[in-house]
Amino acid sequence: MTSRQKGLKKSLVALGMVAGALAVSASNAEAADPIKIGTFLSVTGPASFLGDPELKTLELYIEELNKGGGVLGRQLELVQYDVGVDSKKAITAVKRLVSQDEVDVIIGGSTSGATMAVVPIVEKAEVPFISLAGAVAIVEPVKKWVFKTPHTDKMACGKIFEDLQSRGLTTIALISGTGGFGKSMQGQCTKLAPAYKINIAASESYGPKDTDMTAQLTKIKGVDGIQAVVNTGFGQGPAIVTKNYRQLGMTAPLYQSHGVASKKFIELAGDAAEGVRLPAAALLVADMLPDSDPQKPVVQGYSAAYSDAYGGSVSTFGGHAYDGLQIAVAAMVRAGSTDKEAVRNEIEKTSGYIGTGGVVNMSEKDHLGLDLSAFKMLEIKDGDWSIVR
Amino acid sequence: MMGKLYLQESLSDMSAEFLQFLFSGVTLGATYALVGLGFSIIYNASHVINFAQGEFVMMGGMGTVFFLGLGLPMPVAILAAIALTTLFGFGLERFAIAPARGASVVTLIIITIGASIVMRGLVQVVWGKEFHAIPAFSGDEPITIAGATILPQSLWVLGVTVLLVLALRFFFEKTIMGKAIIATSLNRDAALLMGINVRFVLFISFGLSAALGAAAGILVAPITLTNFEAGIMLGLKGFCAAILGGLGNGMGAVAGGMIVGIAEAMGAGYLISEYKDAIAFVLILLVLFFKPSGLFGKTGTERV
Repeated sequence: MTSRQKGLKKSLVALGMVAGALAVSASNAEAADPIKIGTFLSVTGPASFLGDPELKTLELYIEELNKGGGVLGRQLELVQYDVGVDSKKAITAVKRLVSQDEVDVIIGGSTSGATMAVVPIVEKAEVPFISLAGAVAIVEPVKKWVFKTPHTDKMACGKIFEDLQSRGLTTIALISGTGGFGKSMQGQCTKLAPAYKINIAASESYGPKDTDMTAQLTKIKGVDGIQAVVNTGFGQGPAIVTKNYRQLGMTAPLYQSHGVASKKFIELAGDAAEGVRLPAAALLVADMLPDSDPQKPVVQGYSAAYSDAYGGSVSTFGGHAYDGLQIAVAAMVRAGSTDKEAVRNEIEKTSGYIGTGGVVNMSEKDHLGLDLSAFKMLEIKDGDWSIVR
Repeated sequence: MMGKLYLQESLSDMSAEFLQFLFSGVTLGATYALVGLGFSIIYNASHVINFAQGEFVMMGGMGTVFFLGLGLPMPVAILAAIALTTLFGFGLERFAIAPARGASVVTLIIITIGASIVMRGLVQVVWGKEFHAIPAFSGDEPITIAGATILPQSLWVLGVTVLLVLALRFFFEKTIMGKAIIATSLNRDAALLMGINVRFVLFISFGLSAALGAAAGILVAPITLTNFEAGIMLGLKGFCAAILGGLGNGMGAVAGGMIVGIAEAMGAGYLISEYKDAIAFVLILLVLFFKPSGLFGKTGTERV
């Protein structure tokens, strides 16, 4: 550790001393040196279900790009640090990425915690940074050097409310897990509800390890005029909520979040999952998309490439990394260099990029660039997804 | 007239709500009771609190998932999972508890905590980290009683718990082996002098506890789902049940389990649902303050 710190100090000093010299020789060095893409992900630990597919995706596509001659005639090099779910490790990793490894762009940050912890560093170092984490706080308010690819829980609320409106339902109940994801989405939905003229008549919560939610649901059942119930949560909780919901004979439409958009949810909730609706990324239903959908070839292509290379099925999380890499590479190509300011400006100008997450149109005011069309509203029918049109 | 009708209706609404909370309370309570019984049996035989009891519960559920995955029919998978867990119980006694025979009770308790971590780790590595569901024994169609609903699986939980409790009573009161366990718990040295194989008693009690735990885990898995960590909370709640009823008192553990389960469901329903898990621990604190030997424990039985 101490030798590393020494090394860091040394390189910082060196950086200061030869800054001028570097600026002069930069154009010469560029031709031969690889383009460095830095990343810090939760490859191990409790959030490894995020970081693992993200890293695999980056490795897969960087190798592919290099086989095709690289970008701007230069090869790509991935510099990666595994930070688990430790924000301190993320800070150390990003400091090394910007000062020691001198990466050209950073794509990473599996969790919102890690991302938010490193924002001040990348803002100060002025390195383009595309985050792969969910929280809306990453891009609201807009930070000059920070972008992100995944959908936000605010968008999920919006998508659900849009669907409620189209069904003429206005009075709803929320039931939320007290884990980070459930709590955050509950807050976003509560804030967003008035804009859609949705009245939240009851709001209940349950612990992340709770195994019986009949008490909470019975309370909701006792409130008059509830037309639909929205469950914000992650993991096994929503499956138990769904089972309890049917047990209590509740018939109002039940909505789940994009947090449970996986086949596992259907498996756990069984027959009780029939009729449940939830917003999800197009990647999940790649083969069910109509041929006219511009995302279809993209998500099918990524899905096939990932499964071929690593086996198993794709997750939306790997897709976020795919989108981040493609956006960064396209920006470099448009900028014609890896000049950080130019690349940042080009990332901000990304428009009409069709990715796994949706169609991305960024702007000065929007460093995410997705609208509600990025989510598909799914309904579970006969133990499988179906797209609600 | 209208007012009276409305009152009647809201009264029946309220009683349906109460009944609903009661149903989920007794279902939870029955599970806690089974887990608590497991604690009591081992405590009686050895004065050890076996903190791997929750892991026996988890193994029952996860084992059934595994054997079902092999394509075995449900009853066979259940028996196989119970057998496997019982083997683990025997193994825990033979390879971890027995070699430390001379050690203090606290040391033995620490050994069981270690065993619980090993079992969680093993299951995590061998069977994975994901959640699993077992199909309900007789369908998912809820039964409606006076406006409240109960799952057929809950009836299974209650019914099997009653049967197991009766069987255990018979075992302890009418069989030589059961009497030997009771004798050992009352006075280990005297039991030894009477020719009771105290080591064998300990061995059997670990197996019995493991089997009970596994049964509890299998019964609730269709309702609560299961994964490698499912035993932690169930184990703690079962421990609460055992303490509440008075450690070592079998019927006390059953009553304690029911009290904890119903208090949780009522607390979540009428007070605040977010802190449901805290209710059991608040109960424990209250009991330890005012009646340290538990609600049904013999007062002043200082065991030396």
